[in-house]
This record gives sequence, structure tokens and C-alpha cells, in this order.
Amino acid sequence: MDVGPQSASPTRRLILLAAAGFGLTSLAAPADATSAAMEEAIRALVGEAAINRGKVKLELPPIVENGNTVPLTVSVESPMTETDHVASIHIFNEKNPQPYVAAFHLGPRAGRAAVSARIRLADSQRVTAIARLGDGSFWSDSADVIVTLAACAEG
Amino acid sequence: MKTVVLALVAAATAAAAAEIAPEDRRSGYEFAAPETRAMQDDDTANPGILGVLQGETLWTTKVGAADRSCADCHGDARLSMKGVAARYPAFDPALGRPVDLEQRINRCRTEHQGAEPLTWESADLLALSAFVAFQSRGLPIALRSTAELRPFLDQGSELFHRREGQLNLSCSQCHDDNWGKRLAGSVIPQGHPTGYPVYRLEWQSLGSLQRRLRNCMIGVRAEPFEYGAPEAVALELYLMGRASGMTLETPAVRP
Amino acid sequence: MARVLINLPARAKRGEVIEIKTLIAHPMETGYRVGPTGTAIPRDIINRFVCTYNDAEVFRAELFPAIAANPFIAFFTVATESGELAFSWTDDHVETQTEVRQITVE
Repeated sequence: MDVGPQSASPTRRLILLAAAGFGLTSLAAPADATSAAMEEAIRALVGEAAINRGKVKLELPPIVENGNTVPLTVSVESPMTETDHVASIHIFNEKNPQPYVAAFHLGPRAGRAAVSARIRLADSQRVTAIARLGDGSFWSDSADVIVTLAACAEG
Repeated sequence: MKTVVLALVAAATAAAAAEIAPEDRRSGYEFAAPETRAMQDDDTANPGILGVLQGETLWTTKVGAADRSCADCHGDARLSMKGVAARYPAFDPALGRPVDLEQRINRCRTEHQGAEPLTWESADLLALSAFVAFQSRGLPIALRSTAELRPFLDQGSELFHRREGQLNLSCSQCHDDNWGKRLAGSVIPQGHPTGYPVYRLEWQSLGSLQRRLRNCMIGVRAEPFEYGAPEAVALELYLMGRASGMTLETPAVRP
Repeated sequence: MARVLINLPARAKRGEVIEIKTLIAHPMETGYRVGPTGTAIPRDIINRFVCTYNDAEVFRAELFPAIAANPFIAFFTVATESGELAFSWTDDHVETQTEVRQITVE
């Protein structure tokens, strides 16, 4: 993520770097555009069904040192039996160029509905996890993440 | 949260930089977020370990006109390379100046294996230096204190303390005077090379100390040293001396 | 062949839920980065990861550019019987790399 004009004086540059680093996104595109993309992607998965809150726990650090590698863990309360299990967990984001992050397909053989991965976040934003249970119901959780920049990068 | 601008402006007009007291020295590990530390601590999940594994394979791979592997001369790295990275950069009598680990590896390649030197920051060079440095993990950094290194340590110290770049800042102003404070959302560490080559999240790969120093120099809008430049090695030497006694963590994970 | 790190217990009790951690070296080029010439560097990612247990699929992941470089995936599976776990990563060129590990279940 590029920030700041090239010809700024040292002091102004530092203020701009600091401002961007603290997650002030006044320079970024309006949130509406990509929130809509996330909503659309979620609808494509869920269709007309209701999305219930609960059962799902999405764990992300609230403040992230570097958006390039953000550890994520998503878990769903479930006995993971033939009749009561998590079929899949889908991760969406709000401000990356694409709303999709990953889809994990489980089933009763998983034993525990918990998956960890490392994701990329382009900006401070909301991440949403949607679990589809074996009975076709959908459950979700969201987390808001503040993404800071590395100081002294290459570019 | 202290405003970094005021702090740095104040430092710019303040008295000479004060060195960090030995008991106050802390590795960059301590300034990293919990999840970054967790990534480093788990050998089954540390991305830098992928480089170490790659280096392990390269260690026994025969190369060059001499058709020799590192192992052919050095045997089991766990024995022969233990402690080596902890005392590099080291003085090379043939060249009359210090060389860092990457340069030493390349000298072995050209002189003993009859192979082309590996390019700076290439995956293979990083893998080999990661593998060698990994054999010193847990050991204290300890440069050989020889008279020959003295002028180069002094040169490194001068480079560390002199202002540079459009921002007109010295390494010392951030890393001696303002460590622990924030710069653009990140905490300023003390700048000890305790885990190189390091898996830097910003790079999404392993990288050398020289690469990191270049990033710093670009950060203050100075012309970065060329890879392998004597100034770069002198600065590495000084930094390792400054970190004397601290534990090597290679491969470290940093933001 | 990309470097891979797989961590799972060599032995487990029947019915025990075991954790499997996987890490593979891959840049996961998003397709959104601009190269030095000003043109975008083409997307090149691992888009699919599958774990089979004695040939039965027990875990599958679809991955997108938002997955970080050197993809790390940790998941669970029930230790049902002794045998072979196979891990396959497929990239945008439809090339697959597979690694196998044995497990003893008593």
C-alpha cells in the first residue's frame, strides 16, 4: 500500500506515514463499494436462507502488525457427528480487491470444526466467517481488524 | 501514544545519542505482536523453517567444477557450523577485511566448489545462510575480538551514528534514542540482528540483514548500500558487536 | 517441488481428534501487484488443498489471493485407522504436488 506524496518535506511525510499507519483511511475508496461486493458474495453462497449469529467464533488480532500475514482461526461449536456437523466454513473480507478469502470443507470426519490459516488484509476492515451446517443452516461471526503498515519498507 | 514527529524533531536537536545499556537490550522479538512471536516459536509453523529445510538439502548437494557439497568438507552441519553464525561477520585474512556469512558461503562456492557465487537475496543463498545460522540458534552472539576488526567496527559505528538521507536521520536516533516508541503504527525496535536471515512479513519471505538495512536507508530516503559493499559489512559488524551476548533466534519472524 | 512442512502425530488412539499443520513454500502472487515495468504481475496461487485419509477426502480448502504467501493451513481429523494421509496442493497451472505421511492408530 503506497502512502504519501513523493515530494513532501520530512516532517509532513512522517505525519502522513503515522496517519496512514494508525488506520485512518481518509485516503481510501468509500467503504460502500467493496462492502457491497462482500454482501453479494455472501448472498451467492447463502441464497435466501437466514444467517444466524452464534456457534461460530472468528479469531483475528484486533490490531495487525503487517497486513501481509494475518493469523486467523475460525471454530464452530459442533459435536461433528453424522447428523450434526459443519459441512463448510467460508471466509469473506470487505476491502480487499476480492471478497473471497477461503472456503474450508469439513464433515463428520473432522472431529473438530476449527481451521487456522494466514490471510492478507489490504486495509483495516471487517472479516466475516459463514459456516454451513449439515442441516443446511448458516451461522456467522465477524471481526474488525485494524491493519498497520511496516515502517521502513522497500518502496 | 507519543507522536513520533515531535519525538524525532526533539531528538534531532538533542545531545549526542546514548547507547543502550547492556541490561536494557531487547531483541526485536520482544517488540513484535503476540501472533508474530507465536509464528516464530512454532517450528512446525514458522515460514523461515522452510528456508532452513531447503538449506539442509543444499548442504548435501554437490555443485561446481569440483563436484563438491558443503558436507564433503564440513560434514554434519550441526557440529561443524555450531557457533559460526554467532561470530560473523568475521575477518578474512586473504581479503584483509571482514566478510559476512553470505559472502563466506560464496567464497566457499567459488574457491572450494568451483561454482558460481549465488546472487544476493536468491532463495538458495538465503536457504544456506538460514541453515548455517540455524545451527547457532540459542547461542549468544559473540564476535571474535581481534585487533584486525577494530577499524571496521569503528567504521560501522560511524555509519550507525551519522545522519543520512532526505530525512537526515541516523540509525542511532531511532534505535538508540527512540526504541519502544511508535513509527507509523509499528513499534521501533532496538535494531539488533538477532534472527537473520529473518522471515519478514513485509517481504513474505526470508531476507538478509543487508536487505533490511537497505530498507532502513530507503526509509530515511538515503541511497542504500550496494549488496556486499564494505560499508554494509562494516555496519553489520558493528550491529553484531552491539548485540554481543544476545541470543541468536534464526529464523526469526518480524513484521 | 515446493518445500513443505507437515506436522501430525505419528501415532494416535482410535477415535482421537488429531491436529494437522501444513505449510508450503509458495509466493501466492495475487495478480494485483504492479511490477517494475508498470504492468500487473500475473496471478499465480495455490487455489486448492486436499487431505485424504486412506483415499477418503477428510478436508478440502479453496484458496484465493487473500491467503498469505507460504500458505499455512491447520485443521483437525479423527484418527480412524492406521494408514496413509495424503496432502495435495494444486496451483493455477493445474499442477498438483502431493506429500504423504503414515499414521499408526491403535
